[in-house]
Order: sequence, then C-alpha cells, then structure tokens
Amino acid sequence: MRELLTKLSGLLLIALLTAAVLDTTPAIGQDEAGPVDEYLELVESSGAEYAPAFDFFTVSMLWTVIAAALVFIMHLGFATLESGLTQSKNTVNILFKNVWIISIGLITYAVLGFNTHYPVDSWQIPGWLGINGPIGDLNADGGDGWGYGGLSLAMTGYGDFIFQAMFAATAATIVSGAVAERIKLTSFMVYSTILVAFGYTIAGSWHWGGGWLSDIGFYDFAGSTVVHGFGGAAALAAVLILGPRAGKYTADGIKPIVGHSMPLAAIGVFLLFFGWFGFNGGSVLSANPGPLGLVFTTTALAAAAGGISSIITSMVVLKKPDLSMALNGLLAGLVSITAGADSVSPFASVLMGAIGGVIVVFSIIFLDKIKIDDPVGAISVHGTCGIWGTIAVGIFGGASLSSQIIGVLGVYIFAFVFSYIVFLLIKVTMGVRVSSEEESRGLDISEHGQEAYNIS
Amino acid sequence: MKLVVAIIKPFKLEEVKESLSEVGIEGMTVTEVKGFGRQKGHTEIYRGSEYTVDFLPKVKIEIAVQDDAVTVAAQAIAKSAKTGKIGDGKVFVLPLEDAIRIRTDESGESAL
Repeated sequence: MRELLTKLSGLLLIALLTAAVLDTTPAIGQDEAGPVDEYLELVESSGAEYAPAFDFFTVSMLWTVIAAALVFIMHLGFATLESGLTQSKNTVNILFKNVWIISIGLITYAVLGFNTHYPVDSWQIPGWLGINGPIGDLNADGGDGWGYGGLSLAMTGYGDFIFQAMFAATAATIVSGAVAERIKLTSFMVYSTILVAFGYTIAGSWHWGGGWLSDIGFYDFAGSTVVHGFGGAAALAAVLILGPRAGKYTADGIKPIVGHSMPLAAIGVFLLFFGWFGFNGGSVLSANPGPLGLVFTTTALAAAAGGISSIITSMVVLKKPDLSMALNGLLAGLVSITAGADSVSPFASVLMGAIGGVIVVFSIIFLDKIKIDDPVGAISVHGTCGIWGTIAVGIFGGASLSSQIIGVLGVYIFAFVFSYIVFLLIKVTMGVRVSSEEESRGLDISEHGQEAYNIS
Repeated sequence: MKLVVAIIKPFKLEEVKESLSEVGIEGMTVTEVKGFGRQKGHTEIYRGSEYTVDFLPKVKIEIAVQDDAVTVAAQAIAKSAKTGKIGDGKVFVLPLEDAIRIRTDESGESAL
C-alpha cells in the first residue's frame, strides 16, 4: 500500500513539474507588458497632466489595503479579548464564533453587503433602503484606476470593497462578546449573518452610502455610531432577550464570573489598538499626509487618555486598579475618537478619550447594577462610548450638534429594534439559549465536544 | 512505615524540599491543591464587584518514610514551612501498610 502511494505521489510530482514548465514556456518567448508598462499606460490614459497625482493614487491604494489588513487583525483582538474575559470552559465556543463572523462577514459583504452599504443610485426607498446584489468585476469600467471613484477617491474598486468588508464583520463581533457563555451556537450563527448582511449595511448606507443621515450633515468619520454604536445597541437588545449568565446575579448581590486569562485579554486589547490605526487611519481613504498624520495622532492620544482616565476612575471608585477596566478604558478612548479623529485637535482628542475612559467604568458598573450581563463590557465600550464619541464631534469638531444627536438616535434605535426583532424571531423558532446543564458544563464540551486546554 | 502528608504555602515548597533532602529524605510527591482552614479565604475584586475566594492555593507534599525517620521528616517540614502567619498549613502522619517498588517488585520497607 505504502509503495503504491509513493509511486503515485512521484507521478503526481512529475505531472505538476511538467505542467509548470509548459505553463511558463510560452511567456518567455513573448514580449508581454510588465507592470511598469501597464502602469504607464494607465497613467497616460488618465491624461498626462495627472501623472504626478498617479503616484499619490498608487500610494493611497497601497495604504488602503494595508489598513484593511490592520482592521482584519482586530478580529484576532476581539477573539482573544473575549476569550480572556470569559471562563476557560467557553473558549472554543468564543473562538469558533469569531471564526464564523469574519468568514460570514466577508462573504455576505461580497454577496449583498457592499452594494447595500453603498447603493449609489439603486435605492428602493431613497436615502433609507437600498438592498442590492453581489459585487461584479470591480476592476472593469475603469475600476482599476481612478475611473472608479473619480479624483475624490484615491483607491480602486477592490480597494474600497476589501477595506469596507473588513469593517462590516466588526459590528457582529461586538455582539459576540456581550452574549458570550450562554448563547446557542447555531442561533448566534443565524443571528450574526442577518445582522452583518442587512442590519449593519442598511444603517451604514444612511450615512456612508449617501442616505438621509449624510443629507442632514451627520458626521461620523470612521464609525463611532455606524459601526461601534450599531454593534453596541444590537448587543444590548440581544442581551435583554438572552438574560444574564447563570449565577451572576443572586439574592446576595452580584457574583462576578471571573475571566480566565488576563494575558489573553491584554493581547486582545493591544491588537485592537494596533488595528485601530487601520480602522481610523484607513478611513482617511487616501494617504493624504496631513489628515493621515492627524488621525494617527488623535487616535493614539485618545486611547492613551482613555487608559489613564479609566485607571484613575477605577482606583477612585472601585478602590483598586482593575486591569480589565484599564483595558476597556483604552478601547473606550478609541471608540470615543473614531467619529472625529480627522476633525478635532490633539488636545480635544485627549479630552474626548479621557471622558470616554471615565464613562466606560461607570457604564459597566451601571449595567451590572440593572442586571444586564455583558461579560466583556462590549455594550459600554462600543455602545455608550459610541454615543459620546459622536456627540463630541459636535462639541469639538464643528459638526452640527443636533445632526449628531439625530444620527445617534436613528442608528441606535434602528440597531436595537432590528436586533431585537431578529433575535426574538430566532428565540421563538430555534431558541437562543443553551440549557442550564450545558451552560454549567461549558459550551466547549456541550456545543463542540472539545476543550480549549488539553493537558497531556 | 508512615505516610507524611503536609499542606503548605506554595512559595515555601523549595525551602521544604531542601530541608527534607538535608535530613535524608529521597523522594516526594507534590500536588497543587486548594483549600482552607482557619485562615478562611480572602476577597478579590473583578470589574467592580467583590467576591470571596474560599479555596486558596496550597501545595500538598506526600512522603513515605520508615518509622524512625518520621519525626525528623515531619519536623523538617514544620520548621521550614513556618512563617508564623495564619495559613502556614498542617502536617499529618498516617500509618502506611505496604509499599511496592514497581521496577523491582520489592515490597515493604525496602521499597521506600
């Protein structure tokens, strides 16, 4: 048997080598245009007077795809943060959900998300709803040059798509942390698919897709409201239906369910911080040096200020410097600056981040008091600080305060109601919660039949 | 033959091991355990809520010794594990009926 396999694999190797040789042979003989020729052709076809601008276009496109990759790594950040702040018996389940979200998020974004997020002229209800089909060849019709977005968009169609696709899945990931340790896996898979395919993209189209929010002058640079707020409000609705983890709120008060790995949580937050440079920096949508430098600076300063203020708040209010609060504080600073990263001064960014860091601690304590169980603080970090970050652009960034408030209300109410209805329907049809035996045993064994940490 | 079982503070393990080998004890089994005695637990805080940790981490040492070595071994442990503060642990001495060295099939005292 083994001999046969060896012979077969030898044959296969020879076949592959032959194919490779045959494949490359014709190219050697031809005078095929190299990348430089192709590029020059592209520059010339765009008009010789724009030749210098083409370098900017290329650099911007490169930055955009790098930023997309940075946003991608935020998903690893979410995965480890959520794992760290929950019990070890649910780690496989958390990681599994994160694998699902990034996968289904990217696929649905290609199938309908992108064109629903950006309906252009194809609205069913103008400014409100424009559900559309899959992406086509985005390099066609000049989509591989600046024919795609005109001179206002320094990237190609695919650059635009992949950057926005990485964003889309973050909204569903926010929910994943809040419902952790008790949600039924299949129900979460269905819920997150609907949320990322329709909920996130419809709400996003109101602002970034040129819908009614952009008409009233609402400003949300990289998504304090349309990404983080959406996720936070959706998470709140899901948690209200799902209920708290067993044993968290007892007659004797709150019994904390301690996260199993602070190192994992810290790795997650630092990865999120790292990825946020792509999240906010990429949202400049070009490598325009002025705004790009400002966005990197305000993003980092706000995060730092959020970290410091949450540490101080935790020491004053809780009498102890709680690491999980400090980690949430860094994220709170980041969410607080996301709406205004390109339009506020460094000083304002410190203030915005610092206030976010205080808000997040009180929000976490408050939600615990009213028995809304959010194991990782996602509703507070993304939902509560998303409100603050968006309003703050009206205070520090010159946006209209009333438009900001309307935008927050519009997106949050939509996210909450959409999530509530979808989650309720899933509850009625397939159930949303594992049994109490499964919950106490841990979802790793009861849902997946495998453990995260095997001692052998 | 006797089995000496000691519950000690984890950070004392190295000192206890050294003092045992000084008095000629050649082998021991160590387990990480949790428990409480008069020390009870302590409170910790997580995300704004206090909770009691009843079971504190301890280390359990088990050594099988010949009758004449019991006092020396037990005292070596008691002396080296002492900090004088509550939670230092306990030493138990139990009778041991038989022992087998698996490699050689020796049994009784010669197996120790």
